[in-house]
Amino acid sequence: MSTSTEQLVSSESKTHDTHHGPAKGISRWFYTTNHKDIGSMYLWFSLIMFITGGSMALMIRAELFQPGLQFIEPDFFNQMTTMHGLIMVFGAVMPAFVGLANWMIPMMIGAPDMALPRLNNWSFWILPFAFSMMLMTFFMQGGAPNFGWTFYAPLSTTFAPPSVTFFIFAVHMMGISSIMGAINVIVTILNMRAPGMVMMKLPLFVWTWLITAFLLILVMPVLAGVVTMMLMDIHFGTSFFNAAGGGDPVLFQHVFWFFGHPEVYIMILPAFGVVSEIIPTFARKKLFGYSSMVYATSSIAFLSFIVWAHHMFTVGMPLMGELFFMFATMLIAVPTGVKVFNWVATMFRGSMTFETPMLFAIAFVVLFSIGGFSGLMLAIAPADFQYHDTYFVVAHFHYVLVPGSIFSIMAGVYYWLPKWTGNYYDEKMGKLHFWLSFIGINITFFPMHFVGLAGMPRRVPDYALQFADFNAVSSVGAFIFGISQLLFIYNVVSCIRKSNQASDKVWEGSHGLEWTIPSPAPYHTFTQPPKVD
Amino acid sequence: MSQVDSQTKSNKKLIIQLVLGTVAMFGFGFALVPLYDVFCRITGINGKLDLTPAVYQAGSASNREIKIQFIAVNNESMPWGFKPMDSSLKVKLGKTYQTAYWAENLTANYMVAQAVPSVSPSEAAQFLQKVDCFCFNRQPLNAGEQREMGLAFNVLAGMPAHIKTITLSYTLFDITAATGKSIADVN
Amino acid sequence: MNLILSAKNLTRSCYALVTILYFTVSQASADWQLNMREGVTEISRAVYDLHMVIFWICVIIAVIVFGVMLYSVIYHRKSRGAKAHNFHENVYVEIAWTVIPMVILIGMAIPATGTLIKMYDAKEADIDIQVTGYQWKWRYQYLESGVDFFSSLATPAEQISGEAEKTENYLLEVDNPLVIPVGKKIRFLITANDVIHSWWVPDFAVKKDAIPGFINESWAVAEEPGIYRGQCAELCGKDHGFMPIVVEVKSEQDYQTWIKQQQLAQAEKAKSAEKRWSLDELMVTGKEVYDKSCAACHQANGEGIPGAFPALKGSPIVQGDPAAHIDVVLNGKAGTAMQAFRDQLSAAEIAAVITYERNAWGDSLGDIISPSKIAKLKQ
Repeated sequence: MSTSTEQLVSSESKTHDTHHGPAKGISRWFYTTNHKDIGSMYLWFSLIMFITGGSMALMIRAELFQPGLQFIEPDFFNQMTTMHGLIMVFGAVMPAFVGLANWMIPMMIGAPDMALPRLNNWSFWILPFAFSMMLMTFFMQGGAPNFGWTFYAPLSTTFAPPSVTFFIFAVHMMGISSIMGAINVIVTILNMRAPGMVMMKLPLFVWTWLITAFLLILVMPVLAGVVTMMLMDIHFGTSFFNAAGGGDPVLFQHVFWFFGHPEVYIMILPAFGVVSEIIPTFARKKLFGYSSMVYATSSIAFLSFIVWAHHMFTVGMPLMGELFFMFATMLIAVPTGVKVFNWVATMFRGSMTFETPMLFAIAFVVLFSIGGFSGLMLAIAPADFQYHDTYFVVAHFHYVLVPGSIFSIMAGVYYWLPKWTGNYYDEKMGKLHFWLSFIGINITFFPMHFVGLAGMPRRVPDYALQFADFNAVSSVGAFIFGISQLLFIYNVVSCIRKSNQASDKVWEGSHGLEWTIPSPAPYHTFTQPPKVD
Repeated sequence: MSQVDSQTKSNKKLIIQLVLGTVAMFGFGFALVPLYDVFCRITGINGKLDLTPAVYQAGSASNREIKIQFIAVNNESMPWGFKPMDSSLKVKLGKTYQTAYWAENLTANYMVAQAVPSVSPSEAAQFLQKVDCFCFNRQPLNAGEQREMGLAFNVLAGMPAHIKTITLSYTLFDITAATGKSIADVN
Repeated sequence: MNLILSAKNLTRSCYALVTILYFTVSQASADWQLNMREGVTEISRAVYDLHMVIFWICVIIAVIVFGVMLYSVIYHRKSRGAKAHNFHENVYVEIAWTVIPMVILIGMAIPATGTLIKMYDAKEADIDIQVTGYQWKWRYQYLESGVDFFSSLATPAEQISGEAEKTENYLLEVDNPLVIPVGKKIRFLITANDVIHSWWVPDFAVKKDAIPGFINESWAVAEEPGIYRGQCAELCGKDHGFMPIVVEVKSEQDYQTWIKQQQLAQAEKAKSAEKRWSLDELMVTGKEVYDKSCAACHQANGEGIPGAFPALKGSPIVQGDPAAHIDVVLNGKAGTAMQAFRDQLSAAEIAAVITYERNAWGDSLGDIISPSKIAKLKQ
């Protein structure tokens, strides 16, 4: 990292140790309590996990390129789909957003660092250990977890490979990391804002992260509970999910999805925040409907707790249950739509330029909305009997997660890289990365709507002949998308190393405290609180 | 108090609240287990049935008749013969009826089984009162032994009119390894 | 920035393309099938209609919203000289675009509720069939007529591995399909033997999870004779993708004929244990049974998958006392994936497959296990 050790923040007081910079060597990274360092580590970790999970996706798509079993055995295929999901959700998307939070929240609120810097360090370092344990399961007897990232019992208890115990420990560790990170975020945002930075002046990225942090605290412990129940069923003779002992496999699904649904909002709310920072900057116009955006985000968070069983419409719920969850799920479309309209209204009658972050942000709005529409279709319970556990669902969640969450992360990286490194990234390469990703993603995931409607189930390594053509198309798209990420990596690395001096403001239309400090941001910023008007 | 101290104090307070919240949610996750049962019982949804004897409700007898089907399922490698003595009965609501299931240990080893009931449609569950059921107890059988296991039940008169057929299924599980615990203990 | 222009155009053209394709292609080749099928029941058609209504509402909203975005992207760009306006909030607009979507949603919820209520119809059924999901096949038990059989994937392994060319119903064909009469209400009582499976027939819009220890019900009235194919719809282990469902809807008369045939065949099978079988006969039948019921785990060469499924070739059980071998096949092995085949195969089939396993892989013991012996044990 080329954070300048020499540059000083202009408002530094004389009593502060002015020659204090980052430590030298590798121990810097083990011991750092600096939010910028930790943010960078989270982002690098997330990138590595993204490549790992992405490679698994490419193995899946290679096998699915044609009907028949060509490359991998069905059980290994199940390991690939399971681990791809776990790694992307817990190793790529969530840590990336935590990385962005770490970097940006203190600077956006005028605080010198996160509230709990040492906790911050531990929160990060748990992750490489947790994921090493997860990935080592590939080498264990019986192989890696093969029961889907949703690990329903009893497939994941009575019928699981021995590695399931390590999977449970890894999940506990990741959960602890997330919870500690969430506590840190909440305390930072509530207690460390610069004077004048009242709640309704907070940048949207800070608001969405505040709400996300509360969601994490409310649901990650429930995930910890459900995997503990699994552990007890497997090793200590309990029967939470085993009918023989008076338990119920459906109980697993209820408890899991009680966590699982808020979890997907945990993965998208920070994305909403990033996009809400970027669009106003490149439209040169204030975000439309700031208060609405805050209330809509809060509504989405509240509603996310009462919709979980829409993942379980085929489980045999009684009519009243199905109706309730159908109505509640449809309701979430309202605040989500409000947010989309507000972004469009921000663009409308603005003065737009289309640098890479803006391209990703606009693509987010369009493609996330498409994912939202398929989500609305899925909410319709009677129709869901035809969609559930088919590729239609796979299409839906990949649209909201890939051109949704992932695009927003990339948008944020491009947007803030000049602030972090002091250099502009290569704009031409950024745009090329965007277009190849945009095209690749749509070629990969749009056809999945069709094969799902045509009747192809999920989590299958082979399929009937009528699904072949679209599967081949999807696989081609996947490789286009996968390989074009190399451009992203190259761009990021070059930006860090090459010189292309960026101004403080970086972007013509940017507003906010983070754009008042030099680029690259000094190692310690806002050691004295700034004036907020 | 200096600004830094008061900041730390207010941080501490918030941290403690958040940690307590975390612990509470962990407990809530476990609380969902009994809550699930309570909720199902109160609303009558889910085909889960009590595994304890019903207090006989001297409810109104009625002339309304429904059909009740009996199904036997062997879980996994449960190698017993297991059949309902009556595959279905026409029953009047409010009256107690007696039927039985037959089980035979076809292996050369002593084994213990647990029968787990399930009802469809799920709304019928709360109206199916089991006065006496072999599912209340674990069923040990010696090698080659067979037994008729009784079931006394009545269907309460208050059951919604649109339900014309109830299916009661018993799944037989092998709990030889877990012997020593009865279902009542586990519950 | 002409690229931007074409990106938004691309999105809109996609919709146009889909619309055109739908109208021209949907009845044509199944290979590029874009849409859900209408199916052959009143419910499946209601579901299809609902799906289309929701879809078109989404398309209209998308066209409007993306249209406004496209307009902005073209006309509100700095390079065109657009100046940024100052407005950044409007309560009335916020209320409007909260209330209007709510109204649209209520409009969607009404037909959705109607269709769901229809699905929960509790009218008396004509035929009750118990459907049990196993790893990795289905079992169908006709409760009134006593017909009871397993239904497994019939696609040969050579087609899956690419050694043979794939035929038309690749992965969607079974040895024994479920047969039901047209126009009658069939009630499906769905459960599972081991893990959660899910029984799905798209042409009926029936999908219900099969949960071990619990019974679920669903129903269908098929209005047209024909063959309808579905798949397991809940990850259930290694061969989740290889346990399809085939339903043959026959006329009432053909159905009755079929029932009688099944009952006869079942009686035959039970009796077949009584005759004397030669080693050759046992080996031939035994191989058939092995390939269908055992090879998925123990592999065609008997070598199993280390760490997952034990080898039979050279195993002490297969080479040792027949009683232990018979016990494992009849009763399964508790705590493992080895199922009890007592109910799944006839006495003759069990005797044959055990004989086959004891003689097939070069370590032939010349053992003959007699079907009548198995029949006694099986009762």
